Amino acid sequence: MKTPTKTRLTKILALAAVAPFVLTACGGGGGSSSGDATSLTLMDYYNNDPDKGLIQTAIDKCAADIGVTITREVVPGKDLIQKVLQKSSSKTLPDILMLDNPDVQEIASTGGLAPLSDFNVDTSGFAQGMLDAGTYEGEVYGLAPTANTLGLFYNKKLLSDAGLTPPTTWDELKTTAAALTKGDQYGLAFSAIATYEGAWQFLPFMWTNGGSETTLDSPENKEALQLWKDLVSSGSVSKGAINWGQGDVKDQFMAGKAAMMINGPWQIPALNDDSALEWGSVQVPINKTGQTPTAPLGGEVWTIPQTGNKDKQAKAAEFISCFTSDDNQVNLGSERYTVPTKPELAKAYVEKMPDMESFTEQIANARSRTGNLGAEWPKAATEIYTAIQLALTDKATVDEAFAQAAKG
Amino acid sequence: MTSLSTDAPVTRASKKIDTPTLRPRQSFWARENIAKIMFVVPAGLYMALFFGYPVIKNLVMSLQDYTTKTFFTGEAPWVGLQNYATVISSNLFAPALLNTALFTIISIVGQFAIGLALACFFNRNFPLSRFLRAMLLLPWLLPLIVASATWRSILDQDSGILNQFLGTFGIPAIPWLTSPDVALIAVILVNIWVGIPFNVTLLYGGLQDIPSELYEAGQLDGATGWKAFRHITWPNLRPVVSVVLILGVVYTIKVLDIILGLTNGGPANATQTIAVRSYQESFVNFEFGVGAAFSNILIVISLVFAVIYLRANRRAVDE
Repeated sequence: MKTPTKTRLTKILALAAVAPFVLTACGGGGGSSSGDATSLTLMDYYNNDPDKGLIQTAIDKCAADIGVTITREVVPGKDLIQKVLQKSSSKTLPDILMLDNPDVQEIASTGGLAPLSDFNVDTSGFAQGMLDAGTYEGEVYGLAPTANTLGLFYNKKLLSDAGLTPPTTWDELKTTAAALTKGDQYGLAFSAIATYEGAWQFLPFMWTNGGSETTLDSPENKEALQLWKDLVSSGSVSKGAINWGQGDVKDQFMAGKAAMMINGPWQIPALNDDSALEWGSVQVPINKTGQTPTAPLGGEVWTIPQTGNKDKQAKAAEFISCFTSDDNQVNLGSERYTVPTKPELAKAYVEKMPDMESFTEQIANARSRTGNLGAEWPKAATEIYTAIQLALTDKATVDEAFAQAAKG
Repeated sequence: MTSLSTDAPVTRASKKIDTPTLRPRQSFWARENIAKIMFVVPAGLYMALFFGYPVIKNLVMSLQDYTTKTFFTGEAPWVGLQNYATVISSNLFAPALLNTALFTIISIVGQFAIGLALACFFNRNFPLSRFLRAMLLLPWLLPLIVASATWRSILDQDSGILNQFLGTFGIPAIPWLTSPDVALIAVILVNIWVGIPFNVTLLYGGLQDIPSELYEAGQLDGATGWKAFRHITWPNLRPVVSVVLILGVVYTIKVLDIILGLTNGGPANATQTIAVRSYQESFVNFEFGVGAAFSNILIVISLVFAVIYLRANRRAVDE
């Protein structure tokens, strides 16, 4: 009697062990394809407050305006693209998708996004740089309510104590930074890290000097690299910059260890948290007179994935029109310290947000990273940050750095 | 239940009488055999799903032009060995391979030496030794991304606590993570710190298994201290040592998070390893085919060590 019961038991156990595998194999797959366009899904990467909450309010408002309910999914910024790729292979893309602007062309080139013109979204009045970022092969795929960029922040107290004014040229930048470097305080901080962040921080200098990402090994780009090299080797910028992200740069600035920094307006809420810190901001300095300060355009654009449900896509298009409307641009811009993407709103915006004046000017001439290269931008960005790293660590001369970085 | 309860007697009877009509009971599909197979099936399925499929998929991927487009269209054109050619001809391949070797060898040597020393130390059971041994596991319990972020601030050139500490002895600030000549050493040091608990735990377990009679007998013959270690501890510990070393190699060769967290492969590519290249090609450049080729090279290297491990194990059993 004993043995057979055992056999039976073992068989049941064995079956029970197999069951989950079989069951999971049956489950999953099969996305919803209802024609009902009263509920939409949305995905973005604003996973931290205050942005998370501010975006939610704006989403709710537009959802009410166009008469739909919106289910929002928030993923961490670094996981967004992987999530998008997963969802596109399982055909479960959301109805509305937020993308960081340099990624739009990459995703549009896969055929995963719908051109906004299919749904008659009005794209007039937007800054050209922002439209460039959302455009792939002549079609606009995404619009942004607001944008950000880079500028030069300075510690008002440290500069006035030294009797200095914010620099407007590279020469002034060098002398001012040198004068502000003493003890454990550096004159300037920027991020030269071996990621896209490092490349993004270098662009204002490269572009202002007339350089281009299409021909990296150019005299203009080398001049810009020489500036960074001089700043680091003279000790005005810490050698640590080579491993600092922009958050680290902000920390150095706030700790009083850097008198000036290259950074973006998204740091302003953190800077304002410290009431003892008095800061100001100006546009990035120029090399020679006559040059226009040109910085890269940052910010997220909102797109319509190809979900195959035309009704929902049309509603998604209505949402994007609402989300990028004039009112919403000024609201989100004031709340999030980002600049409206319609130049005509600039005047009203600056009146409301005087702190944002230099950034608003900077945005007017800002360029998109993918405007020239499209999906090839990441390759150029890798070469840029590699060249910076080679030059700043003396692994290559400024003259050779770009050529060496291009070899991969 | 009824049919089963009659099972055993019938089988036994059939042996004696050997009647052909009753033979099917003994065939391959006999209930007991099915039960045996059912026990293997979950493990087999698990292996196929979670080891077989990814490895084969990775192999296939490395022969395809697999990009972001593939996820939407499902098209991944065959390119033969093109991805491998890209990998091997890339300027970063040789330095990355060298860095991988240096990173692995120095990490293992460091982890093992310190681990063995600590294991011997804790083997002496003194007050608080259990508590201290538990504390030693801390690096292992800490998420690597937290550990590397913490180490990044510790190793900061200007305000890092390590340089401030060294400064009190008059040692000038060392550019731990910002000089291409030092960064690899810094990354290895952090990895040694991460790996010590693993080594201590396994080696301590091995030491506990050595019968104390051996030491007592050795003492009579004058084997104490270093001699006892050389002639008693080491030979008895060898099977554990081979496991620790081989597993250590397999764990270390694929280390990614520590390097990404500390230097992201920089400065000036000084800390690029094959694992970092694979990650960056796949998830930064979205060249999944090239990334797969890098990781396959890594798998082959790991596999060589796995085979050495299996052979060493078998030899130990034979002995």
